Amino acid sequence: MSFVLTDEQQQFRDVVRRFLDDQFSTRDVRRLMEPRAGFDEAFWGKLNRDLGLAGIIIPEDYGGQGFGYAELGIVMEEMGRSLVCAPYLSSAVLAADAVLTLGSEADRETLLPGLADGSLRGCLASQDYSGPECPGGVTTATAAQGGVRLNGIKDFVIDGHTANLLLVVARSADGESGCYRVSDTASGLDRRCLTTLDPTRKLARLTLTDVPAVSLGTPGSLESPLQAILDRATVALAHEMVGGAEKMLYSAVDYACTRRQFGRLIGSFQAIKHKCADLLLEIELAKSAAYRAAVAIDQHETVASLTASIAKCTASEAYLHAAAECIQIHGGIGFTWDHDTHLWFKRAKASEVMFGDPSSHRARALALWSDAI
Amino acid sequence: MTTQDEVRREVREWLQANWNPDLSLVAWRTLLAESGWGVPGWPRQWYGRDLPAALTPVVDEEFAAANAVGVAKTGIRMLAAATLLEHGSDDQKKAFLKRILTGEDTWCQLFSEPGSGSDLAGATTRADFDGERWIINGQKVWTTSAHHADYGLLLARTDWDVPKHQGLTYVVLDMKQQGVEVHQLKQMNGHASFNQVFFTDAVVPADRIVGQPGGGWQVAMTTLAHERRGADGLRGANRDSGLKGSIYDEERAEIATVMAPYKWYPQRAGRVDLVLPTAKALGRLNDPVAVQEIARLLILAKTAEWTARRARAAQAEGRPQGPEGSLGKLAASEVARLAARVHTLIQGDQALLAGDDGAVDGMIAEVLLSVPATSIAGGTDEIQRNIISERVLSMPREPRADGGPFREVPRN
Repeated sequence: MSFVLTDEQQQFRDVVRRFLDDQFSTRDVRRLMEPRAGFDEAFWGKLNRDLGLAGIIIPEDYGGQGFGYAELGIVMEEMGRSLVCAPYLSSAVLAADAVLTLGSEADRETLLPGLADGSLRGCLASQDYSGPECPGGVTTATAAQGGVRLNGIKDFVIDGHTANLLLVVARSADGESGCYRVSDTASGLDRRCLTTLDPTRKLARLTLTDVPAVSLGTPGSLESPLQAILDRATVALAHEMVGGAEKMLYSAVDYACTRRQFGRLIGSFQAIKHKCADLLLEIELAKSAAYRAAVAIDQHETVASLTASIAKCTASEAYLHAAAECIQIHGGIGFTWDHDTHLWFKRAKASEVMFGDPSSHRARALALWSDAI
Repeated sequence: MTTQDEVRREVREWLQANWNPDLSLVAWRTLLAESGWGVPGWPRQWYGRDLPAALTPVVDEEFAAANAVGVAKTGIRMLAAATLLEHGSDDQKKAFLKRILTGEDTWCQLFSEPGSGSDLAGATTRADFDGERWIINGQKVWTTSAHHADYGLLLARTDWDVPKHQGLTYVVLDMKQQGVEVHQLKQMNGHASFNQVFFTDAVVPADRIVGQPGGGWQVAMTTLAHERRGADGLRGANRDSGLKGSIYDEERAEIATVMAPYKWYPQRAGRVDLVLPTAKALGRLNDPVAVQEIARLLILAKTAEWTARRARAAQAEGRPQGPEGSLGKLAASEVARLAARVHTLIQGDQALLAGDDGAVDGMIAEVLLSVPATSIAGGTDEIQRNIISERVLSMPREPRADGGPFREVPRN
């Protein structure tokens, strides 16, 4: 098992980092976090034209790059570091994986090239809203002419209000679950951008009332493939969190090495140095977990779910801890709106609970535990 | 470029032609040292074969497959060997390396003093040159295996008029001489693995200086870097083949002697291996609080293992041993501390029982009373955090109060 980046992977990271350093800054984050769209068409186009990043896990036969999760992890780390606001996790990771995993050959040929070049921006609506409007929290699919009709409410759909390819998980009357394609202009579809504490990544609630849809692949027992898709997205998110955590640590260290109090750099106090050393350890452990989980996916190991859970809970805690300590080391200035740290803090907080919070992943890890990892 | 298959074929042929369990341990290891197969990663000139680190596991596999005994690797002797390989003179290498490998000599490390623990460079054990030999006076402490060691790696002050780090000299001391007195030190867990060593006009010949006079600090850093990487003297210790034959008996006896002081080391590391079996047996996996804490521990231990593997893989690609060892050591402390907490959570009130009355034959109690050593021995957590923040994160040093000639530095 390789834990060290190859020269090619290192070069790839350098290319991605240079591109993002040139093309995306926290000025862009601040510009994009207010409007509900949350991303910039021009930047999204350039990301895909220049680097082909939307197609990273899509096989070359369908217009993608045909890379694995090691490379996807590199992209996610760099995007986490730069706090990129773009429909990447929703489209290039979740939707692309859903089409690859669940779609028929015809679905792949129709959808993957568009996802790979970024002209299609997909989203995967897997989670049901649970509340009085939607008893039992089940979205249903009923047979209708030329396809099915969907009814229900899907929640926490990443970029669900801006995607132009909607993939919705629903259950038919005979209990089979399926994944369905819905047009972004379908009648009966209501898309609402949710107000969240993290404005750097948009979430939507989709209300479906007799929405016409066609099946992606064949409906059937989707639970395990769907879980695998979410596990893989969780690993991608863990990489993003590791990249953000490293950014927070080095931001704190840089500040501690310029800020003077009591006639000396605050970075010379052990109270600050030891915090930073502890953070570095925590981040290195989380990074190892994210790398290990990517290997498990690329090698089709049976422990992929276990390693995904380990990666998620370690990265969640490291990121939030690093962002919180980054604010603490900056002191009062770190709590201001004008200082950038809160942007990462908010992404860290939202990512912590996305795809399952650390406690739920710890419990799942123990249930799946195997020493052979 | 040598391939894995070539190495495998070569070592297999050599073992087929030479491995002989009827030889005495020393005779066999002498043959092994001369062949280079005992320490294939070492230089060809000094009992090795210049094999890259990535290929040495193949050699270990072949030795295991042939049930062949290896060179002596337990205890402080490997720290001595690594230090001598890097800083020793050719005469010193000639005098010591082979007998380290054959197991004829055992070693100890004489660094810490009652007045200089974390501040190792504040050592006041003195070495004075009488025109012919160095005369040693002073006291060392925390010396594992001093009571049966043949040689000691000694850090002593030779110049009191220069800054503290520049006045130290690293020497090889003959432990079996008048003027060296060893007393055991009993620990809070009841074991006595360490010693205090007193020097009264002990003698070191002039040619036993490792490196330069005044250059002892750099040499000591090499020893410590290897210590942090190698997890004390435990390397190669967990192999009891159970095979019958006099050479195996000899090896077992050697390991038993060398490893006796380390008997409680697995307990001080936290015995994470006992967590799941004891939790299952006591039905604790139904308790959501216990589940969280147990998962937290297993995940911490596993990610620490992966991180160590990453550091090793980076090293195998040619990056030198760096301060990453400090990250590993800090991780080990975190694991041990959390393990003690989790064992307590699992055991409930049973955790207060010890010895014959205690859980897992008293092992759990021994964990609880041994873990505090982990964050101290081999450099405290606080020192590791200084190393990490200064050398990895390039943060500034604390202002120091110990500059100038050592003679004038306030000390214990």
